[in-house]
Amino acid sequence: MTDLRELYQETVLDHYRQPRNSGRLIDANRTAQGFNPLCGDKLTLYLKVEDGVIRDVSFEGSGCAIATASASLMTESIKGIREEEALQLLQNIHGMVIEGDKAGDMGKLEVLAGVHEFPERVKCATLAWHTMKAALESTGLPVTTE
Amino acid sequence: MRLAEVHNHPDDLQAQFWRTDFPILKTKIHGRPLVYLDNAATTQKPLAVIDTERNFYSNYNANVHRGIHTLSQRATDAYEGARIKVQHLINATSPNEIVFVRGTTEAINLVAQSFGRSRLQAGDEIILSWMEHHSNIVPWQMLCQQTGANLRIVPVNDSGELQMSDFEIFLNARTRLVALAHVSNTLGTVNPVKSIIGLAHRHGVPVLLDGAQAIAHVPVDAQMLDCDFYAFSAHKLYGPTGVGVLYGKSDLLEAMPAYQGGGDMIRSVTFEETSYNSLPYKFEAGTPNIAGVIGLGAAVDYVRSIGFDAIVSHERALLSYATAKLTDVPGLRIIGRAREKTGILSFVLDGAHPHDIGTILDREGIAIRTGHHCTMPLMERFGVPATARASFALYNTRQEVDALVEAIHKVREVFKP
Repeated sequence: MTDLRELYQETVLDHYRQPRNSGRLIDANRTAQGFNPLCGDKLTLYLKVEDGVIRDVSFEGSGCAIATASASLMTESIKGIREEEALQLLQNIHGMVIEGDKAGDMGKLEVLAGVHEFPERVKCATLAWHTMKAALESTGLPVTTE
Repeated sequence: MRLAEVHNHPDDLQAQFWRTDFPILKTKIHGRPLVYLDNAATTQKPLAVIDTERNFYSNYNANVHRGIHTLSQRATDAYEGARIKVQHLINATSPNEIVFVRGTTEAINLVAQSFGRSRLQAGDEIILSWMEHHSNIVPWQMLCQQTGANLRIVPVNDSGELQMSDFEIFLNARTRLVALAHVSNTLGTVNPVKSIIGLAHRHGVPVLLDGAQAIAHVPVDAQMLDCDFYAFSAHKLYGPTGVGVLYGKSDLLEAMPAYQGGGDMIRSVTFEETSYNSLPYKFEAGTPNIAGVIGLGAAVDYVRSIGFDAIVSHERALLSYATAKLTDVPGLRIIGRAREKTGILSFVLDGAHPHDIGTILDREGIAIRTGHHCTMPLMERFGVPATARASFALYNTRQEVDALVEAIHKVREVFKP
């Protein structure tokens, strides 16, 4: 079960049971929707961006442990950082879960590294991050990672 | 060694014997023996079917129907021989009522575009149900868009059964067709199709049955059911992918315009005028999946050699066993508790999303399906985003059910609050 332990670490399970920044942000100025129809993960992301900085963030939705934990961990890591830094984090997450990169100091986000061994779950882990990109770029189009 | 590996149930003796016909069942997944419980998605193939396709390509591959040479004759005989096998499997009155298509989905699209398009007018109605697979919803939605007809959807009760009282109300002077699942792929419900067809016919309404989930698990007798159309896929019946069957009553098929145009479905072609071939060829344009059809013939032979009595008896007992064991798991809710079911168990588990259940089970070598199973309206009806689904076939055993239950307890361990 070592692989499974790497995927379902205590931090991941904690963020699944008690997602941080959960709910609707009343004064959000950027929102986007993410939906993976084939598996049923969906979320709505709310951002408040001022002067190029993500002042506040929240999300609503329903999904699996990986999708939910990833969204929760993401909201914690992007609160208070610049838009470019958030988009760079997305690249780092990609590198970590898709390529299996070990580079960079990802802090708590490193708990998602285990997803690399479960290719069919990559789309769960990356849904929130792609939704964040869509929100920042205000494309207005719903995002899917399938 | 897990207890489940050691404990051989005596009632599984026959199934253990059948298992030896299926080479893939010896596979190991993540170091564990494969426990294949995703049969509603597709079934595994016996060596007889695999060898049949291999033998075709190795020894008598040729195009069918118009060849003079020996190989072409052999290929045609095998292809048409398969058609007769399917006719006998479902007790159609003639091989001309058996049309080979790509699968259940294509069969339904054929009826929608050929039968439906030529008959429906604005304001006409088609009756479906809330438990339908997208393949038996979308073609009708498209048809309604094209013709201005409307859909009436029969509700499903909390047990996963059709609300027959609503069905009777929906049948009216504007109804032109009823299209229903014989067996639900998500709930396992066996619908009362014989009485539904009787009712519909009293109103002069033809019935199409989506038989994808029924064909391998309940004996299908087209004449006894008196269905007007019956659609199924070979790959759900231990046969190859890429092949399916549309059964239609001769007089209906005769009256229907051609679906796809091309070679084989014509009698003669000039640029002034083209005439179409007789049944069933009118609906079989182009070179078919010859190897696949011949493989389907071998699958029919295999299933008939075992006999539906033995298959139904085994699967029914297995469903009972599995239902009882799953019901005992704390926090597990089975979705679909109809009185009449085939071996399909959809369930949700407190605190664990079906995805996560699927991943953990996969690591134990167990294959189930998770998601909406192409029945998004049904997920909405039961208020769940997705379910985990275990579905049985003739080679599954109580031992495998034990493994499933043990793995579900592992999931509960991971996700305990």
